[in-house]
Amino acid sequence: MQVEILSPDKTLYAGEADHIQLPGQDGSFGVLNNHAPLIAGLKEGTVNLRSGDEEKTFDIKGGVVEVVSNKVIVLAE
Amino acid sequence: MPNLKEVRNRIQSVISTMQITSAMKMVSAAKLKRAQDAIVKLRPYSQKLSEIMSNLSGNLEDVGSSLAEKREIEKVLVVAVNSNRGLCGAFNANVHKEVKRLMREEFEGKTVHVLGLGKKAHELFKKADQKIASGDLSGEHYGIYDNLDYEHVSTIGDKVISAFEQGHYDKVVVVYNEFKNAASQNLKTEAFLPVELPEGVEASSTDYTFEPAQAEIITDLLPRALKTQLYKSLLDSHASEHGARMTAMHKATDNASDMLHDLKLSYNKARQAAITTEILEIVAGAEALDG
Repeated sequence: MQVEILSPDKTLYAGEADHIQLPGQDGSFGVLNNHAPLIAGLKEGTVNLRSGDEEKTFDIKGGVVEVVSNKVIVLAE
Repeated sequence: MPNLKEVRNRIQSVISTMQITSAMKMVSAAKLKRAQDAIVKLRPYSQKLSEIMSNLSGNLEDVGSSLAEKREIEKVLVVAVNSNRGLCGAFNANVHKEVKRLMREEFEGKTVHVLGLGKKAHELFKKADQKIASGDLSGEHYGIYDNLDYEHVSTIGDKVISAFEQGHYDKVVVVYNEFKNAASQNLKTEAFLPVELPEGVEASSTDYTFEPAQAEIITDLLPRALKTQLYKSLLDSHASEHGARMTAMHKATDNASDMLHDLKLSYNKARQAAITTEILEIVAGAEALDG
């Protein structure tokens, strides 16, 4: 799936990923391939991203995520 | 005929002014490029944010967010976005004029406070004896352009939002120069609070799952959207400032070279006249000896 992590100042990440772990307002959750359409609020925490053997983490202060047709867009602060 | 030495001094000073203005033009051009890049970088974020917002809500009033509450307008906050430095043509004066017009016409008889961003705003509004926002919003906000990033703007945004929520102000507008291109700016007055969602935005038909509930996400997102809007205004204003300065300095350099041309002409005329007089004197002297 395609993942984009955007902040107002720059694009933090754009590319393929197999799994992304997000700090949701109601608790942490993960998104895999072919997830159902979702809009979720995020709270302060870390975003974990896994693509192949690579892992990446981003610290965010909150934001929102939209998942639709295998595209994950994280708007982070 | 002007004195030769005087003209030479003036030529010297015009040349050094020209060097300064053309250097300033070059610096502004470089800074303009950076400021434009920042606008481009914000674009995907702000686009996506408004997309999500419109997907989230058909009607904000249902949400009952305190930020969308329309009250009887009595106290108005005008956020005037200026620059820290001058020498950029009518850039700051235009904002100032617009703020005065708003006070005279649109918000006549209402209490209007001004929150000036940038050193120039502070100088202008202090002189004009206008009410400057107080309390949490007081302060000079000079540092804002030193390092124009989202975090800094968001602290100011938070203060404005909380002042609205607490009922200190019933309406907030932002006056700034919108960036059109390097040579032209659009003066723009934008409503900031209460929030109005753009109408006629088509929400996508996708059946989303919301987590937490729609209303909660909106309440969380509204301040973010507002701060992004403010940030965008500031970035626009910043780019406009450099654009305006570039134009102003370009004109100044042109004027200086015109002036230099005139001065050189009169310098040469004066020099020629002096030479002619000298020759006349020599010839007259020689003739007197012969005679």
